[in-house]
Amino acid sequence: MAHRELVDYLTGQAERLVGVLEAEHDDLLTAYRVGAALVADHFTEPASLDRTLAVLGTELAVLGRPDRLAAVQGALAAGFAAGLKERVLAEQENIRDAALSARSAAEEARWTSEARFQAIFAEAAIGIGVAELDGAIIDVNDAICEMFGYTREEFLQQNVGTFIHPEDSPGVWDTYRDLIEGRRDHFRLEKPYSRNDGDSIWTDLVVSLVRAHDGTPRFVVAMVEDITERYRLRLQLEHQALHDPLTDLPNRTLLFQRLEEALADPRPHGRVGLCYLDLDDFKAINDTLGHAAGDRLLRTVAGRLAAAVSGTGNGTLVARMGGDEFVVLVPRSSGTAELVSVAEAALAAVRRPVTLDGRSLSVSASAGLIERVAGGGTTAADLMKAADTTLYWAKADGRDRWAFFDADRYATDIGRYELSAELPRALARNEFVVEYQPLVRVGDGGLAGVEALVRWQHPDRGLLGPDHFVPLAEETGLIVPLGRWVLREACRQAARWRDSHPGRPLLVSVNVAVRQLREPGFVADVREALAASELEPGSLQLELTESTLMGTTGEPLRRLRALADLGVRIAIDDFGTGYSNLAYLRNLPVTGLKLAGTFVTGKTRADLPDRVDREILAALVRLAHALDLTVTAEGVETAEQAALLRSLDCDLVQGWHYARAEPPEAFSARLAATA
Amino acid sequence: MEGVERPVWAPAEVDLTKPSVARVYDYYLGGSHNFAVDRAFAAKVLEAMPDLPRHAQENRAFLRRAVRALVAEGIDQFVDLGSGIPTVGNVHEVAQALNPDARIAYVDWDPVALAHSRAILAGNPRATVVAGDLRKPAALLGDPALAAAVDLSRPVAILLVSVLHFVPDDDSPEEIVATMAASAAPGSYLVISHASNDSSGQPDQAGKAEALYNRTTSPFRMRDRTEIAALFGELDLVEPGVVQMPLWRPDSPEDIGPDAATYPGFAGVARIS
Repeated sequence: MAHRELVDYLTGQAERLVGVLEAEHDDLLTAYRVGAALVADHFTEPASLDRTLAVLGTELAVLGRPDRLAAVQGALAAGFAAGLKERVLAEQENIRDAALSARSAAEEARWTSEARFQAIFAEAAIGIGVAELDGAIIDVNDAICEMFGYTREEFLQQNVGTFIHPEDSPGVWDTYRDLIEGRRDHFRLEKPYSRNDGDSIWTDLVVSLVRAHDGTPRFVVAMVEDITERYRLRLQLEHQALHDPLTDLPNRTLLFQRLEEALADPRPHGRVGLCYLDLDDFKAINDTLGHAAGDRLLRTVAGRLAAAVSGTGNGTLVARMGGDEFVVLVPRSSGTAELVSVAEAALAAVRRPVTLDGRSLSVSASAGLIERVAGGGTTAADLMKAADTTLYWAKADGRDRWAFFDADRYATDIGRYELSAELPRALARNEFVVEYQPLVRVGDGGLAGVEALVRWQHPDRGLLGPDHFVPLAEETGLIVPLGRWVLREACRQAARWRDSHPGRPLLVSVNVAVRQLREPGFVADVREALAASELEPGSLQLELTESTLMGTTGEPLRRLRALADLGVRIAIDDFGTGYSNLAYLRNLPVTGLKLAGTFVTGKTRADLPDRVDREILAALVRLAHALDLTVTAEGVETAEQAALLRSLDCDLVQGWHYARAEPPEAFSARLAATA
Repeated sequence: MEGVERPVWAPAEVDLTKPSVARVYDYYLGGSHNFAVDRAFAAKVLEAMPDLPRHAQENRAFLRRAVRALVAEGIDQFVDLGSGIPTVGNVHEVAQALNPDARIAYVDWDPVALAHSRAILAGNPRATVVAGDLRKPAALLGDPALAAAVDLSRPVAILLVSVLHFVPDDDSPEEIVATMAASAAPGSYLVISHASNDSSGQPDQAGKAEALYNRTTSPFRMRDRTEIAALFGELDLVEPGVVQMPLWRPDSPEDIGPDAATYPGFAGVARIS
């Protein structure tokens, strides 16, 4: 109450009392009511009554009537006391009611909470069990009973300790001990349990510690979810991820895992063996009998392989790599002999006839074998690659056999592969050079021309002869641009010699591969080479092998004729080593034969040919001349051989006896020296 | 049990063997809504701080002036946080005397205070009791019971009268105030009164009382004027700012007591724009 309100209020009450004093009749009830009103208006302090009575006693005495004043004071005090008593009782009653209703609200809340928990506990789909710290189970819900196959009564006789399972993850019971001893409050893991009927279930288990008010461990609550289905599905998915669906053998992934484990084996002298196996001619079986039969064959073979090596123990594993490829891993091999016996058992298993659609089928396989000491830094991928390459040796050696890894052979194979891969870049970087081997007239020993021979100036391996890379270039098709380059280079060089030595006509002979001849643009290439170098077509000779020429029909043959029509000479290289249709030879636009070196030499390269070879040689020269072809003999290494060829009326010779292939500068010098 | 959250609101323990801040305060105001245990505790505090009943009445008088001022500004909704036992001169009486349509939500966490409040507010449809903990303002603001009592999309007066000194620094009273203010509609007001040991004529008294309260479930945290002003954060204080409680818009010069300038408590009202 603000000051002004207070003054107004008290003035009003005082006026009522003055009225009582001044009235004709005693009206002590009004004074009593003023006392009660003070309390009602919150003047409840004892000091309020004290000050009121004191003020009335002094201030109202002036009105006279001391008897009545004393009575008014008494009535006011009585009213105040009665009001205060009533108020205190009422407030006490209020606060007690409030306390009671708060208590019952709290009880209600606790009961609701308890009921809610009971409902959750009883109706939960999740299994819940409560145990004492000593493992005695004191409460379980229906879900856990059903999950474990116990009645509630049976369950309550169990102890937590009886639920140890052989497949428990290590440390789970140590974790449990930590929990009941209060070192942790909960843990969660996947745990198997044995049901009452002996079946196993897998569960997602959450165990929590319930502590007393003072923090000491009191109960253990376990919440269990049955994840058996999920667990089995996971196992199944894991199996699927690591196994081949067709044969159910381990797949590539699992093989690599095991192989890597074996290679990482820290035991000294541990050996790891691989047998890489591939069915022979599986494609033909698939093509003729159909894929379904092919799949049945693969399943049969898979079963036999697995059975054949199963007795070897030691973690031996048969995996299917895909297609018709299988790998036997011997992770702890006792040595080469063991690996060979595994391979032979496997090949023998495949060899047994297979009955497919009522037909007995003979199947064979080839295998590549490799063995390594574990821990030597060999990677699984390296080993698999080497085994795969070794498998192809077995294939190349005739199939139905095994081949053992050979480091030198592997290096060669790998080297070829690497060279082949380097060829395109080598061409782009101009790493090829052309050398020239002189062609000599037998009659006067004069220089008749050169054979252009390509070399590879390899940045690491030095100068490589054509044997090292021309077959690779033919395989990959790079021979086409390489041949084109050699042709241009040879023509350019021949033109240069013509210009520097006018009056000395020289023939430049260039080898042409069958792939080049099959190119539609080959004639244009030759024309361009001639045009660019301004070389006369008659100075250019193209050498083709016998097999190239004899197989040539249709478009390639028309190309040859077009070249011949240009005036370009065409020679058959290595004549006599292949099969020549002599009748057909007449129809070819050929101008010369080059006789293979084998006719010129005897048992060794330095010997003379024997009597029969000599007769053949003589007949070949006569044949050539009869067909109006020039004859060139290659591989002449001795003066005797040279003399023989002279006596047989051969036209041109080449060979180490005269000169080896040499750089153009060297031939230039030779030309100058014989001018 | 792991994973089972305690509900937003769970009734505090009803323990009548421990003094209750709400009932002790009622005793200071001359009420009898208290038990022996409350009076025994109050007696000890009074020993240390004999002026406390007067201070309590001054605080009540400030509340009355602030509510009247805000009703005059057009505010017709009040949220009284930490209302305790609304006995003499409580918000609904003051506000509804001036505007019978004024709505009041009393919020407290003391179950006895709540039960008492419910009893005395029965039959007053515009005054509601909400069980809640002001230390969790977000949960409180989201409580449907509060939303049913007042319309938070309209201006409202948030009263934190004589309660923040029971909120320790760890519970971030500034954040509580800021959260409440941020969710109130523009044009709302925030009212704070707070016990202080600053400029107090009896710093020793206040210190002793603080020590006594610290032994209860509601420890006391005295703050100085700067700290109390800081509770308002960036809000715009209305005249006369944060001042000693009796100096906040007194009804008349006669209402200012001789020791108003050393009154151990400050108050202020801010407008939320």
